[in-house]
Amino acid sequence: MTLDHSARMKRFEEVCVAHLDAAHNLARWLTRDARNAEDVVQEACLRAFRFLDSFDGRNGRTWLLAIVRNTYYTWREKNRVHGSSVEFDEDALAALGYDMHSLGNDPDDSIDRALKEDESRRRIECALAQLPPEFREVIVLRELEELSYKEIAVIIAAPIGTVMSRLSRARKLLLLELQATQAS
Amino acid sequence: MDCSPIERLLDPYLDDELDPARAASVRTHLEGCCACRRVLDAMSSLRTTIRTEAPYHRAPPELAMRMRETLGRESQEAVRTPAPRTHPPRWNRWFQLGAAVLAAVVVSTTATWLLTAPDPEWAIAEQVINGHARSALTGRPMEVASSDRHAVKPWLSARLDFSPPVVDLTTAGFPLRGGRLDYAAGRPVAVLVYAHRQHVIDLYVWPGAQSRSGLDRPRTFTRNGFNVVHWTDADMTYWAISDLNSADLEAFANNYKTAK
Ligand SMILES: [Zn+2]
Repeated sequence: MTLDHSARMKRFEEVCVAHLDAAHNLARWLTRDARNAEDVVQEACLRAFRFLDSFDGRNGRTWLLAIVRNTYYTWREKNRVHGSSVEFDEDALAALGYDMHSLGNDPDDSIDRALKEDESRRRIECALAQLPPEFREVIVLRELEELSYKEIAVIIAAPIGTVMSRLSRARKLLLLELQATQAS
Repeated sequence: MDCSPIERLLDPYLDDELDPARAASVRTHLEGCCACRRVLDAMSSLRTTIRTEAPYHRAPPELAMRMRETLGRESQEAVRTPAPRTHPPRWNRWFQLGAAVLAAVVVSTTATWLLTAPDPEWAIAEQVINGHARSALTGRPMEVASSDRHAVKPWLSARLDFSPPVVDLTTAGFPLRGGRLDYAAGRPVAVLVYAHRQHVIDLYVWPGAQSRSGLDRPRTFTRNGFNVVHWTDADMTYWAISDLNSADLEAFANNYKTAK
C-alpha cells in the first residue's frame, strides 16, 4: 500500500512528531552528546518517513525507537565511535569480582545512603553513560520509557530472554559501579 | 538454600513480568532468604534512583520544526518520484525553510482525520492525542503554570463557560503543574496538566457526559504508544492521556475520582 501525500503527513505527525521526546531521549543517551543526538533523530525520522508504508499502525513509539536505535548503530559504525565495546559476559563479570550476593551484602547500607546523597544525580548519570550501549539502551527503555519486555524486544530485535538477561546484567554493572564510586 | 533458580527471576519479578505462579514462588523464597531480599532491595533502590535522578532528554522545540520542514519537502519529492531514494541524506537539507509546507501539513492532517475517523469516540481520542503531542512540542504545555489549584481553577474558569474540578494529588505522586485551553469534541475544553516522575499527564475536561456508555468506570485505550483513560461522571467528561504506563495512568484516574 502506498500512502498519498496527506495520509503520509498525518502518519508522520502521529508517529514521529508525537514520539519525538522519546526518540530524542534514546538518541541522547546512546550518543551521549547533544549535537549528535539531534543528527541521529533527524536521520531516523527521515528513514521513518521513507518507510511509513511499512508501519503497521499499531505502536508508533516502539516502531520509531527501533529506527532510532538502528540509525544510531549505523552512525556509530560510520563515525567509528568506539566506546567500550567490551562484551560483558559471565566471565567478564566474574573477572570484575562480581558475585551475586555481594550486591546485597552491604552491612552499613552504603548503597542506600549513597543513593540518597546530593551528588547521586551526577553519579547515576556517569554510571549509566559508562555502560556499553547494548546495556545502556535497555535501561533507558525500561526505566525512563517504562516499556515492557515485549516492547523492548521489538525495539532491539531480540528475544525476550535477551532483554531479561541484558537488563539483569546492566543493573548489576550499575550497582557495582555505584558501589565502587561510593567506596572511592 | 539454593538461590540460583530464584536469582534469574529477580529482574522480571521487579519488572512485574512474571506469571502469577512464578511470582508467588519468588515471594515465598524471599520470605525465607535475606540474601535475595537484599539483592532485590538494592535493585529496587537503583530503579528509584534512575527514575528520579537520571535526566530525561526532551527534544528541543526547534527540532520538530526543522523536521516538519524537511519532511514536507521530502514528501512532495516522494509524490513526484515514488521510487525509494537510495542516496544518503545531506544534513543541510534540514535547514531549508518551508513555512508554506508547514502550514499545508497542519491543514492536511486535520482534514484527513475528519474524513477517516471511524467513530465519534475514536475521533475524540485522536483529538486528545494530537493535542497532547502538539503541546509537548511547542515546549509550552501550560498556559497557566502553577502547582496551586486555587490559581489554576480560576484561570480556567475565567476563560471557559464551565468550572473544571481541579484537585491536589501531590501526596499520591501526581503533582499539579498547571493548565491550558484546547479544543476538542467541537468545543473549548480545559486541560489540567499533572506530572508523574518524568511523564506529563494531560487531563482533558469538559461538561456533559455525552458518551454513549455512561462510563463511571474508567476505560483504557492504547494508541500509537500513548495510553488514554476515559471516564465520565454526572457532570463532566474526562480524558487522561500520557506516555506513562497504563497501570499508573489508571491509578492517576482513580486518585482523581476519589479526591474530587
Ligand atoms: Zn535466596
